[in-house]
Amino acid sequence: MVLRFNFTLGLVLVVLVVLGAILAGHVAPYDPIMDADLMSSEMPPSWEHWMGTDGQGRDVFSRVLYGARVSLTVGLISQLINSVIGTSLGVSAGYFGGWWDDFVNGLTNVMLAIPSLVFALAIMAVLGPGLPSLLIALGLTNWSWTCRIARSSTLSLKNQGFVQAAKTAGFGDLNIMRTQILPNILGPVLVIATLGIGGAVLSEAALSFLGVGIRPPQPSWGNMLSDARELIRTAPWAAIFPGLAIFATVLGFNLLGDGLRDMLDPHMRTRKA
Amino acid sequence: MMRFILRRTLQMIPTMLAVVLIIFVIFSVVPGSFITSLMSEGRNATNAQVLTHLNEQFGLDQPLLVRLWNYLWGLAHFDLGISYRTREPVWNVIEPRLWPSIKLALCAMGFAAVVGIPLGFLAALKPGSVFDSGTMVVAVSGLSLPEFWFGLLLMYVFALNLGWLPSFGYQPGSIRHIILPAIALGVSPMALLARTTRAGVLDVMNADFVRTARAKGLAEPRLVRSHVARNVLVLILTTMGLQIGALMGQAIVVEKLFSWPGIGSLLVDSVSVRDIPVVQGAVLVIVLWFLVINMLVDITYALIDPRIKVG
Repeated sequence: MVLRFNFTLGLVLVVLVVLGAILAGHVAPYDPIMDADLMSSEMPPSWEHWMGTDGQGRDVFSRVLYGARVSLTVGLISQLINSVIGTSLGVSAGYFGGWWDDFVNGLTNVMLAIPSLVFALAIMAVLGPGLPSLLIALGLTNWSWTCRIARSSTLSLKNQGFVQAAKTAGFGDLNIMRTQILPNILGPVLVIATLGIGGAVLSEAALSFLGVGIRPPQPSWGNMLSDARELIRTAPWAAIFPGLAIFATVLGFNLLGDGLRDMLDPHMRTRKA
Repeated sequence: MMRFILRRTLQMIPTMLAVVLIIFVIFSVVPGSFITSLMSEGRNATNAQVLTHLNEQFGLDQPLLVRLWNYLWGLAHFDLGISYRTREPVWNVIEPRLWPSIKLALCAMGFAAVVGIPLGFLAALKPGSVFDSGTMVVAVSGLSLPEFWFGLLLMYVFALNLGWLPSFGYQPGSIRHIILPAIALGVSPMALLARTTRAGVLDVMNADFVRTARAKGLAEPRLVRSHVARNVLVLILTTMGLQIGALMGQAIVVEKLFSWPGIGSLLVDSVSVRDIPVVQGAVLVIVLWFLVINMLVDITYALIDPRIKVG
């Protein structure tokens, strides 16, 4: 029961954020950048401004909605890059074995040793701030778990009957990996990807908070928090709402990922029942 | 045992070398060096002669491979290079930052253990209860919480409104300064520990030897103490060790938020002025801390659990 509830809550949160991001242009009552009005800065939440206004008099609610676009874009695309890298490396390493396996294994260990936020920060220092750099920095630094899972699943699949049969039938290596192995490891890869999206949203917020991610005036939850930090005494709402948005989004993806894992894992299912 | 420790130590070397190589390569493709960013800011180093001089001084006029070789040669002699900004040896810049960072990581872990372990334990003793569900909600929330936002809220409530604690800064030996950053940083390991402890206890509770002990009529408190706790301890210690290893890297945003003079804030500050030698040094220290702690965990593991084969 609890499991189902968590999964549903996760799904609801994620759907809300996705809707917010897609419909931002229609729903947002104000322009997130242009509607600055110093006369109405630091106003508390009201009917006019549901989440109040920030230090430059911009509507926090509108900026949170537009910020969802940045967060989701970074989360989804960077995790997609991670999944593709991790799966290709992991499956090929498990399938071919030998020196390639050793190399991929070594690389994975190195990647695990460098904390992904530190690595991403270093890459951002080289590429400079902005959306494309964020996608590269976060897309290249968080594939090690996917790679490990893909590799170990491939190792256990490769000696099973249906893979051997495909081999005997004369399928090429690439073809076998694509048609026989890949569909069978998608479950765990999807679970890690869902959890990874939450992680990427957090990292984007952290990098933008540190001033190396999305640069103002373009709204991102991270740089909104960074601006609001100075106003925490007089306008705490400018900090509370973007943070809540990050929290709700990451929580949504985490609950979704946990729920997916429980559903896909037959071992967990029997134990819970 | 000595052979195991030696082998485990030697295993770190290739990983460390690979990290050095990756970091070095990333930073040698930097478009625009520290010197060009100095020039664009219109500070000293405006004429070509000074530029050449600086390039020579930092060895930037040499080919990439020569620079890599020089860097590795320096590292082999525990020399991390010279900071572009302060012109001091990088180690002198990093060294005073080490202890604050380690202290923060340990205090955060202390908070995580004191709160997380009992939560996980109590939750597992009554699986499916309201307390259990509540604990798991706290755990998954703790893992989703942006720690810099949580830190900002703590600052707002406990420092600015209630005035109980200082809002930021560092004083050697001051406990009051470390409380808020340690809690902000400790929330996610706390959540992880609660989860791990709960899963571990549940696993052991369903094990055959516990069922046997219970069937023999062992009282529940004694059962929990002598059979369950002892077996879960290894799992908890491992999780804690690995978390401490990762905390120095996770701390960068919290350190920056609370103006904590650790490795993390040094890294962020050096990134913004492109003080590459210091950035490289700070990353290496963070990775080394992670690897050493992992090694210690492995060795402790082999010491306390006789089932692990050493050889």
